[in-house]
Amino acid sequence: MSSHGEAFASLPVAPKPALRRFHQARWDEQIVFELSRPGRRGIGVPAPDAPLVELPAGVGRSTPPALPELSQNQVVRHYLRLSQETLGADLNIDVGQGTCTMKYSPKVNDTFVRDPRIAELHPLQPEDSVQGVLEIYWRLEQILKEISGMARVSLQPGAGSAAIYANLSMIRAYHAARGEAGQRDQVITTMFSHPSNAACAKVAGYEVITLLPDADGYPDLDALRAAVGPRTAALLITNPEDTGIFNPRIREFVELVHAAGGLACYDQANANGILGITRARDAGFDLCHFNLHKTFSTPHACGGPAAGACGVSEALVPFLPGPLVDREGESYTLNSPTGSVGKIRPFLGVTPNVVRAYAWVMALGAEGLREVAETAVLNNNYLMHKVLRIPGASVPWADKRRVEQVRYSWQELAEETGVHSEEIGIRAADFGVHYWTSHHPYVVPEPFTLEPTESYSREDLDEYAAILAQVAAEARENPEFVRNAPYNQTVHRIDATSLDDPAQWSPTWRAYCRKHRQ
Amino acid sequence: MTHPYIPNAGPAARAAMLAEIGASSVEEFYGDIPADLRLARPLDLPAPFADEQGLVRHLRGLLARNTDTTEALSFLGHGCYPHHVPAVCDEVNGRGEFLTAYAGEPYEDHGRFQALFEYVSMMGELLEMDVVNVPTYDGFQAAGTALRMAARYTGRRKVLVSGAVAPDKLGTIRGYLAPDIEVLLAPVAESGEIGEVGLDDTFAALYLETPNVHGVIETRGRQLADLAHSVGALLVVGTDPISLGVLAPPASYGADLVCGDIQSLGMHQQYGGGQAGFIASRDEERLVAEFPSRLFGIAPTAVEGEYGFGDVFYDRTSFALREEGKEWVGTAAALWGITAGVYLALMGPQGMREIGETILARTRYAMRALASSGAVVLHQESLHFREFVLEVPDADALLAALRAEGIFGGVRISPWRVLVCVTERHSIADIDTLAAAVKDALSTSGDRT
Repeated sequence: MSSHGEAFASLPVAPKPALRRFHQARWDEQIVFELSRPGRRGIGVPAPDAPLVELPAGVGRSTPPALPELSQNQVVRHYLRLSQETLGADLNIDVGQGTCTMKYSPKVNDTFVRDPRIAELHPLQPEDSVQGVLEIYWRLEQILKEISGMARVSLQPGAGSAAIYANLSMIRAYHAARGEAGQRDQVITTMFSHPSNAACAKVAGYEVITLLPDADGYPDLDALRAAVGPRTAALLITNPEDTGIFNPRIREFVELVHAAGGLACYDQANANGILGITRARDAGFDLCHFNLHKTFSTPHACGGPAAGACGVSEALVPFLPGPLVDREGESYTLNSPTGSVGKIRPFLGVTPNVVRAYAWVMALGAEGLREVAETAVLNNNYLMHKVLRIPGASVPWADKRRVEQVRYSWQELAEETGVHSEEIGIRAADFGVHYWTSHHPYVVPEPFTLEPTESYSREDLDEYAAILAQVAAEARENPEFVRNAPYNQTVHRIDATSLDDPAQWSPTWRAYCRKHRQ
Repeated sequence: MTHPYIPNAGPAARAAMLAEIGASSVEEFYGDIPADLRLARPLDLPAPFADEQGLVRHLRGLLARNTDTTEALSFLGHGCYPHHVPAVCDEVNGRGEFLTAYAGEPYEDHGRFQALFEYVSMMGELLEMDVVNVPTYDGFQAAGTALRMAARYTGRRKVLVSGAVAPDKLGTIRGYLAPDIEVLLAPVAESGEIGEVGLDDTFAALYLETPNVHGVIETRGRQLADLAHSVGALLVVGTDPISLGVLAPPASYGADLVCGDIQSLGMHQQYGGGQAGFIASRDEERLVAEFPSRLFGIAPTAVEGEYGFGDVFYDRTSFALREEGKEWVGTAAALWGITAGVYLALMGPQGMREIGETILARTRYAMRALASSGAVVLHQESLHFREFVLEVPDADALLAALRAEGIFGGVRISPWRVLVCVTERHSIADIDTLAAAVKDALSTSGDRT
């Protein structure tokens, strides 16, 4: 207690409420088209200084596009207001977006990518003029090789799902090279892997077999035994799965698939809790991928640009998307593998995120990465301990250990109050935090997935758990109150019916004006 | 030391939390990882920088080994373009709220939804189309997806793609359509435009690109749309939106799907990291159903006159349906969409027309200047936007000679062909500098044509 305690206690200031008072910015901001006034403009353009080119009818534009006309300060004001109406991870305890590894993105890393020596590099410059960026690619590849145990890593995919797709392309190329492309037409995945594992496999031409969890919450080994065979191209699995449960028999899974002639591919979107603890290659995996925007802290940017990395064993190196960066003495060169599946993304991928991820690892080192993993796991188990004390919250397979996240359930609360997980999330936002249910389908009823990562302090986790407890209590006391949330947000409850109705949906302003403003 | 990025890393915090959980150590939580899968040694990584200053020095040292396109005079294009990026674009996409947001709900992320809705809406005006998706990864993938959409829409498994497409892009399209959709190539005519088009009722789509890989503007859009439609195929057009202040939007000559990359609309080159894809269509339920990516729409709220936003027809996506959804959707390039929206709001109709006129005029000026410097300029009689091809005796030798003068002269696309890119960032004096350097290089290398 501070020595000022007694004096301040007599001041007429009400005690702090138990929970933070919050209100999201509300500007009632018009749509940009409504701000338009003829003749205004936001930026000047250089004059041609050369004769204009006449375009024939049908090739030239006949009527100007109906873009808004705004002065520059109007544009700035409009977009800064919209930014204020957005709850970024920098502003909230962002543990509610489980499976996405919301962690702090260090500010210093943004300064590197704003440097013209990254921002103004062209991807087809001569190699001798881009040695610095090539060295960063090479160094990050060495780091990810060590973390995964893989022989080589491509940093080309534009995001995690693009990396999953790249891995499937390599799986297809590998079997084709062995004359088994026609025969191996099935990919096995699990219900608690990201939806993109199943969806990318389908795009790559595979029939998808999904393993459900067994009574212990592990992917069902008997179901795998029944599924593997001469048609198996690969197993696509994450471990720990989105439940947070690590499958201790993962090596057996891999061996079963290998014995059938298939490949084993590790989705490492959930790698944050196992950095430096266990490695994909050591469990026998042939391919893996990382999400640089998750595990390696590059900012999530409203949903991208993201970046993915694909690691493969020696046998799959020839198929990697290219080019890769090789080191020759003190210089770095670009080379494409012989049987490369080609470009998954133009050029060399999302370079700014490669730079940020590299800088992040270089701020932590081996010891720091282990600290990241262990703290993420500690934070997760601490938060689980807190959440499970909230009446109505539960966790399936409660006796199983959890790694870096947990998929919980509000089933008891929903049965008792009629309030659903999604409604809890909307009300939780009134306290200035984000909460997400989980991916469909809801195998766990009334699900929510929390992933605290290493970035949040004990007080943050206490605060988050207290908010959930408050909302759960409100659901009991006054379910309608929770259902009618939000109250402290930019907007009120959205009537989503028009979004699924072709006669009413308005995916652009012009569609809206055509359908609703005549 | 407690690491600055890890508030709970200190031993005291750790011990207190473990005590509260009732665990003896973090090891307990790892109990499901078998011993033989445990890494029994520390990762072998470079020593980290304990302080930010050291990290900055290290990264600056690496970056100093790059020469960027503001230090050299660069005429490099071929899919990544040196357009001017207004400062406001950087200001908005650097805001922490946008930079660090992710998958928030339409309530706490109202601003993100509105900014993306406005982006697709402004693109809709530029394209004269009612449906535009939230950005996909890049223009390569957008083209692949647009063609897959056409295949699903028509129920056919063959597409005809213009031969005037960048080889890497074509490779990505082929890979993306494999194994179930066959890709055939249309020849390129002498003019640089798409040549003879052989379509029948087994084709799902004709893919046309304008401006194409050689910078040539296709002039037979209406004819090609009619041809595709006469056999029940779709016309899919790849374009760069920065050209559409002056070029007719593909929808005006009958395109069913339009796709491309928005890097030109306010993204720095970033060594190729500024790419983001768009796909647009008319508002037809069957076409909309084939979009794999997110579509944001405007919707009413409980308060009269208030705009809300949400996902249009979410149950098409793999988020909802896993492998039964359309292709897949994941984190792609949303921030670049917001940034492109800022760009279009700054430019308005007048700015988009002016930038188009400037690029058209300077491209023609550059073609003439280089023709008179001794190089052969291909497709001289055709209309060009931003890019054109030089034919020279030795592309490597020419580019090396230009490099010695501090010029990145263009992209080598064959042993004797160089693709030159001119934007609003290149002044007439810059173009004259290039032409003079080309003249010097060609004359000193001797006449080997």
